[in-house]
Amino acid sequence: MSPASESQSAPPDPSRPALLSVRNVAKAFGRNTVLRNVSLEIAEGEFLTILGESGSGKTTLLRIIAGFESATSGELWMGAERLDHQPPYRRRVNTVFQSYALFPHLTVEENIGYGLRIARRPAAEIAQRVSDALDKVKMSAHAKAKPSKISGGQQQRVALARALVNRPRLLLLDEPLSALDANLRRQMQVELKSLQREVGITFVFVTHDQEEAMVMSDRIALLRSGELEQVASPREIYSRPATSYVAQFVGHTNLLKGQAQAGIVRCASLTWPASLPNGPVLFSLRPEHVRLAGKDKATGIVRTRGRVLNQAFHGATELIRVECADGLVLIARIPSGTGSHNEVELEFSPADAALIRDSPERD
Amino acid sequence: MFSRAYKTVVTVPPLVWVTVFLLLPYLLMFCYSFWSVSPEQAIVHSWNLENYKELIQKTVYWQTLLRSMGIAVRVMIFSLLLGYPLAYFLSFCAGKRKDLLYQVVIIPLWVSYLVRAYAWKTILGSDGVLNTLLQYGHLTRHPLDFLLYSPFAVVLTLTHIYTPFTFLPIYAALEHIPRNLVEASHDLGATPAQTFWKVVFPLSIPGVIAGATFAFVLSLGDFLAPLLLGGPSGIMISNIVVSLFGAAYNWPLGAAISLAMLVIVVGLLFLSERLEKKWSFS
Amino acid sequence: MEFLLSTDPANVPRWLMLHAIAVFSFLYLPIAVLILYSFNGQGVGGFPPHHLTLNWYRILFADGPIWDSVLNSLQVAFAAMAISLIFGVPAALALDRAHFPGKAFFRRLVLLPLILPGIITGLSLLMLFNITGTKLSLITIMLGHGTALISVATTEVFAGLQKLDRAQEEASLDLGANYWQTFWRITVPNLKLSIIGAALLIFTLSMDEIAVSFFLIGRDNTLPLEIWGRLRRGITPEINAVSTIIFAFSLITIVLWYSLRRRSALGTDVGMELVESSNRDAN
Repeated sequence: MSPASESQSAPPDPSRPALLSVRNVAKAFGRNTVLRNVSLEIAEGEFLTILGESGSGKTTLLRIIAGFESATSGELWMGAERLDHQPPYRRRVNTVFQSYALFPHLTVEENIGYGLRIARRPAAEIAQRVSDALDKVKMSAHAKAKPSKISGGQQQRVALARALVNRPRLLLLDEPLSALDANLRRQMQVELKSLQREVGITFVFVTHDQEEAMVMSDRIALLRSGELEQVASPREIYSRPATSYVAQFVGHTNLLKGQAQAGIVRCASLTWPASLPNGPVLFSLRPEHVRLAGKDKATGIVRTRGRVLNQAFHGATELIRVECADGLVLIARIPSGTGSHNEVELEFSPADAALIRDSPERD
Repeated sequence: MFSRAYKTVVTVPPLVWVTVFLLLPYLLMFCYSFWSVSPEQAIVHSWNLENYKELIQKTVYWQTLLRSMGIAVRVMIFSLLLGYPLAYFLSFCAGKRKDLLYQVVIIPLWVSYLVRAYAWKTILGSDGVLNTLLQYGHLTRHPLDFLLYSPFAVVLTLTHIYTPFTFLPIYAALEHIPRNLVEASHDLGATPAQTFWKVVFPLSIPGVIAGATFAFVLSLGDFLAPLLLGGPSGIMISNIVVSLFGAAYNWPLGAAISLAMLVIVVGLLFLSERLEKKWSFS
Repeated sequence: MEFLLSTDPANVPRWLMLHAIAVFSFLYLPIAVLILYSFNGQGVGGFPPHHLTLNWYRILFADGPIWDSVLNSLQVAFAAMAISLIFGVPAALALDRAHFPGKAFFRRLVLLPLILPGIITGLSLLMLFNITGTKLSLITIMLGHGTALISVATTEVFAGLQKLDRAQEEASLDLGANYWQTFWRITVPNLKLSIIGAALLIFTLSMDEIAVSFFLIGRDNTLPLEIWGRLRRGITPEINAVSTIIFAFSLITIVLWYSLRRRSALGTDVGMELVESSNRDAN
């Protein structure tokens, strides 16, 4: 059983019917296994992000859905239709490529109209839909330009329009923002999200950037070495990470490894009561849940003292790494402007420590 | 991403064509070399090694082959001596005019081979450009007749024709040398000459091997320049093959000699591939 | 002189420059001579040329057999171009995208005529035509040139494919175009320059080819064979005139090609790619 099976089997939003189901998909290139046994239900109208490091298999999964690669085993279903036997040009799935893949010999307008011309739509309809699409991505002024004459951000919009104009049932986006600079990127994240709400098409977005995934997605599917680690909403992934890998991949965290015995958790020098079966336990404690200890100690709060190893400024907050007794190192997010510290007393509420499973080492 | 049908459509037609018009003829040449000609000048399809025996026993054949290889080696050496410094000059010293000068080297390739060979005849002939100039300058009293209809004329003409072929791969190899290697060498205190011999030249060796192979292989098989400019002493192995396929009418022997040439050429290509790999560091 | 110093901090040795000038003179001397003598009143003999005349051009234009051979050569060149592209372009696609047994052998075989002396290719085809009882004619020359020059089409197009972003074709399939539509609408336009370059090169090489044609010739001569026949017979100054005209045409082709290349940022150097890949792959 995969470590994430519990959260993986959690259904998407039950109010939304499943549009695409990925069933036990595996992919190997020669002896190199890229995906193993991936199952995923994608709901109608949702914004799902496949998040993972490079080499996690996320792009391969996307390419299998688009039809550029065929799975070694497993099935794809779109409603009652078996999708994986269809060539890419028969799937009602369109893709926004990482490199945009705009056709250099065609103008912006011709690029956007390409799919409609292939489908032999009437000329008047093509003209209308292309011009609407140009409007939607605010590129009407550049309709006659060749792709090489417009900026990266503009190319990105054209690639988006070129895919959306065909009204696909599913839009795949392969790290479409990775080539943009940080400011434009943040702006496009917002635009993309609102565009998705507006058109109501299901988006499957691939990225390695966890912050981007958090900002945009309805749900995140976290892929690690070809297996799904957790599929859940951004909030849940953050606050209830299923595994230590998820906890570490998404934001900063303190991993507390300890033992539960007779209703008491013991973790280095820290102890707190918890009704857990006896045995080893692992908690993820986010730095923002670790505070500088106040004057009054509320009940159930865990406190510890330690020496500050370093202190990093992050704008409104600062991260401090504190070495406590028994070699325990805690990271705490504290408000900026409390001065520099040598020794501090920290506290946290055990309720904020999420119980997680240890991710086995892979690859 | 490409379907099986796509792969079949792009693979099968060229495969069939090349098999019929390239592989089959080469195999046929192989077969022919074991056949013989009857006194009535018909091809006898019985298998024997007579042609190869004749090739070894009759000195004229292997001596001509050796002489052809000698001519090819000379052409190779001269082409390298002309082509390498030129390639170095263009690659390292020509600055912005590099591309223009590169074209200037290439353009003669677009002029008919035959016509250029013929122009050398005009230059080297007894009342040609060179002899007239020499007499005009009182350097000789009588026209020099060894200029034309001699191995010298063949080597000169072939060198002229194959120098651009030798130049090209050397130039390509030099262009691929990252310039910061040269700067690093200078930075580490090497003189320009040291930098050339220790950095630039070793990295250009694959180009030199390719260029040398071109010059050797292409001139080894040449039969037009010898016919036009070589005279009796400039006969090369291909001329013998041509006559065996023509007036002498002994196709099987001609095929055997061609096959010997083919083996030498393919062997050389194999060798040069090995050497190029050995000297390529990327 | 600063251009000489732009890449090398050391001075360019004087001998290197003199050497370059000498090599250029060596390469251009015969061309200069043939152009000069095409206007020489005395024909081929004598130096310096005098009595400049257009007489040889007049004789040339009245020369029926030469123009017949030019027409023959044009037919052969266009047919060779068609054959090599029809089989060479798919061959490049196959080498780039398909896996089949004997692929490495196939690649070497296709490229072999590029480096092999023409006499071997010509003779082996002669044997094929002989044994199948095919009558030698312009068609056998077309087959010969077409087959030998597949190497050029394949090399050029293969080099072009290496530079083509595979995502272009994926995007086209993704947008609903099938493989055939994708080939014509995306692959070919992207390879336009490689294909045109290959076509020009094939055309020029075929127009000038003599070793293969030499053995496959029927009753009708190609231009190089017509010239060859006359050179064998003796002094024929109108050959200088026709060569000068061919040279002028070649120059125009080159200039056209480079202006085409300059207009497109995706420029590739045909000759260079040919040489690089043939010495990389042919052996």
